[in-house]
Amino acid sequence: MSFAFKERQGQGMALTAGIVAIIVVFSLLPMARLLQEVVLPGGRFSLDVIRAGLVSNTTWVATWNTLCVGLGGTLFALVLGVAVAILVSLSDVRQRQAFVLCFVTPLMIAPQVTALAWLQLFGPSSPMLNLLGVAPPIGTPNPLYSPEGIVLLLGIQYAPLVFLIVRAGLRKLPRELVEAAQSSGAGWLTVLRTIILPLMTPSIVGAAALTFVSCVGNFGIPAFLGIPANYLVLPTLIYQRLAGGGPAVLSEVAFLSVLIGIIAMVGIVLQDRISKRRDFRITSTSLPAAPYHLGAWRLPVEIGMWALIIIILVLPLLGLILTSLVRGYGVTLSAETATLENYRFVVLEHAAASRAFINSLYLSATAAVFAVFVAIPLAYVIAWGKQRWIKALNLAVELPYALPGVVLAIASLLLFLKPMPITGIQIYNTVWIILYAYLARFLVLAVRPTVTGYFQLDRALEEAAQVAGAGLFTRMRTIIFPLIAPVAIAGGLLIFMTALCELTVSALLWSSGSETIGVVIFSFEQGGDSKYAAAVSAIMVATTFLLMLFASLFAKRLPDGVLPWRD
Amino acid sequence: MAGLSIENVTKSFGETNALDKVSIEVADGEFLAVLGPSGCGKTTLLRMIAGFETVSGGRISIGGRDVSSAGMNVPPEKRRVGIVFQNYALWPHMSVSENIGYALKVARVSRAEREARVKGALALVNMEQYGERRPANLSGGQRQRVALARCLVAEPSLVLFDEPLANLDVHLRASMEDEFADFHKRTGTTILYITHDQAEAMALADRIAVMDHGRLMQLATPHELYHEPANEMVASFISQGMVLPADVLTAEKKGVCKVRVLGQELVVRCRPGEKPRKDARICCRASQIEAVKGKDAGFAGSVTRAVYRGGAARIEFEPDGAPQTCLHFDQPDPVTFTAGERARLRLTSGWLIPAGEGA
Repeated sequence: MSFAFKERQGQGMALTAGIVAIIVVFSLLPMARLLQEVVLPGGRFSLDVIRAGLVSNTTWVATWNTLCVGLGGTLFALVLGVAVAILVSLSDVRQRQAFVLCFVTPLMIAPQVTALAWLQLFGPSSPMLNLLGVAPPIGTPNPLYSPEGIVLLLGIQYAPLVFLIVRAGLRKLPRELVEAAQSSGAGWLTVLRTIILPLMTPSIVGAAALTFVSCVGNFGIPAFLGIPANYLVLPTLIYQRLAGGGPAVLSEVAFLSVLIGIIAMVGIVLQDRISKRRDFRITSTSLPAAPYHLGAWRLPVEIGMWALIIIILVLPLLGLILTSLVRGYGVTLSAETATLENYRFVVLEHAAASRAFINSLYLSATAAVFAVFVAIPLAYVIAWGKQRWIKALNLAVELPYALPGVVLAIASLLLFLKPMPITGIQIYNTVWIILYAYLARFLVLAVRPTVTGYFQLDRALEEAAQVAGAGLFTRMRTIIFPLIAPVAIAGGLLIFMTALCELTVSALLWSSGSETIGVVIFSFEQGGDSKYAAAVSAIMVATTFLLMLFASLFAKRLPDGVLPWRD
Repeated sequence: MAGLSIENVTKSFGETNALDKVSIEVADGEFLAVLGPSGCGKTTLLRMIAGFETVSGGRISIGGRDVSSAGMNVPPEKRRVGIVFQNYALWPHMSVSENIGYALKVARVSRAEREARVKGALALVNMEQYGERRPANLSGGQRQRVALARCLVAEPSLVLFDEPLANLDVHLRASMEDEFADFHKRTGTTILYITHDQAEAMALADRIAVMDHGRLMQLATPHELYHEPANEMVASFISQGMVLPADVLTAEKKGVCKVRVLGQELVVRCRPGEKPRKDARICCRASQIEAVKGKDAGFAGSVTRAVYRGGAARIEFEPDGAPQTCLHFDQPDPVTFTAGERARLRLTSGWLIPAGEGA
């Protein structure tokens, strides 16, 4: 056997080993550690933790609340998302591109910013309501501090998610199926009910499962809306326990986070079951169905759709901006009293806030760059590899993102509470533990589009380099990286945007000196400084818009669906 | 010394054999086409020669050096084989010169030499002025030439063509065919050319290997394939040959024998040593059928279709003696046959397909 052969084997094995190491460190290890804490606390098998958790009344109340807002939010998001997807995909409404952009934007804005914006819209001190003179009297509670408020905001936050999935499904709907039903004499509503919706079952059920998992794991919205009303869900319960008890209660919160994990898993398994019950496969591919002519209804429908945009996007953001301009609590906003002082304060004066800007920038940039460089070889193996077991590891990459963020945060805490073995390095209470959690959680956001990118790339491009004599690493560097980089970088940008305002993970892992922007917004709001929270949020929303704009600049070089807001 | 030697190569995917004991010897400097319908295993064969697929059994050697056997596989990057891909596979992020010079860069050839050789390769395909262009800004034929130059620059001992004309329009095909032939003459490289287009294979190749269902059906010159097909598959695949049941009446003498086909006695060409036998098959071509007048010559039947094709019509005919057999031939203008008409036909010649050679 030639030396050349061994050399190639060596490169292939190095690649595989590197990928396996990353998957183990960032996915299998934290999950294993979490399960160990619940079942084998202190290294011995014991069900005490589980028993203690199960007899606690708080656990049951929080679980019930989690299920309530989870299902409620999912249902609301489904109704909104499916309705909008059908209107946009199958009818002749105008200005589709702009509408999709506006409708999907709430997904790009961090949940706690959404929550804050809505709170500013409705409370007694709402600058907007005060401007209009219809604010409720001082002292009445904000109507959003309630389970209904949480369901409403969860629904608005995740309706775009449902929309994107169902829209993708509708795009694949062959027009023959619709036309065959129409020529059989079915009216449009009958076609919708008997053909389109049934065929969309996999998309809708898949969207429902994803939304349910996201709702159940959401921390920002129930934290802003539920904690003041003492309406606790599992993520906020974990946060409160940990904030009050510190590392001593780790076993207890580990159990709670496994509980969230189980609830999320049930959702996913249920989805799998439902989609496998019947055959929904669409066999042919063809042009999309001709748009339905709304006729006289077109204008009213369009007005309704844009009114929706005003309600879910424009008004809350306006409320947010107005609050960020207010001088102090109770001061009525007018042209004379408006001030930029809040912005100056959070950017220049408040030590934690300015630290947080730096921290979050570094954290999200590092996570994004790391993910891009890992995603390219990882997706290469997933998309083009021949070994089956690697594809199973693909599931492992999805796990930290599929499960609610709280689960990963607790797992990271458990993993790094004590100094690392051998090296003795301590990353607990530093910014590094947050970085670790971000890397683990968001990696998949870059891997997914990159895998899609590989599937669209002609494998012959690599093979041509191979017959030209290039080894694996040379091909990676000179051929594969330049061709796949745009997609991977777009994925990295998504990670950057998501991580920049991230709260769920950092709320549980931050310490003094390692604050993130999400944590700062949360702290300001908890301390009653809504105007500062609003100022920071407004800056972040502006940053998000700029990033979306920037990413859209190279949209032409990306496969469809990589940038969610591009229709 | 053989340019390429394929010995008893087998490739199995699970239970099925994609290739079954294929043996082909390609002489140094030969242009050999591998021809077959889609799914016949020709692409698998090419990928095994290139090293992208391992062999399940047998042996492949290039220029006398073993590169593939059941337990051994020299990786593609160490084989010094050039490939012209069906869709060219030009790297879109590199200029034409960078595409061509890639193999030299990988091999750490000095800059000056690299530039000289890229220039030479560009000149070879008449593309000197396009070196700085991006592949996206080239026409289909130009891309094909760049792909050709790219695989040549490293001076491979063997060049593989993977259906290189399948994506080009008809006019460009003809001129590229000329260029390939010309190119082969100038460089003297050993070429293995995969195609499903028999006209292309006939026009270009010194010899053609016909494959079907993973097996080698016949390896012969284009002339021999047409006139002396080794089995029914080749007979019917090449130029829509007609295969007819016949009884051999006399032993071979001077390359011919007498057979009875469709009730008509006919002298056909055959291999040496043929003996009288029943249930034989003969192959005949459209040009070997003619219409006859009168009641005694040839055999009767009816015309089932007459399709006018400009200048001549293709006539399909069903003999009474063998209702499932369809004969076809061309009748030049003035076309007189119409569908449903009764007629008599006669075979003028044919080839006795040897017994017991595969399908």
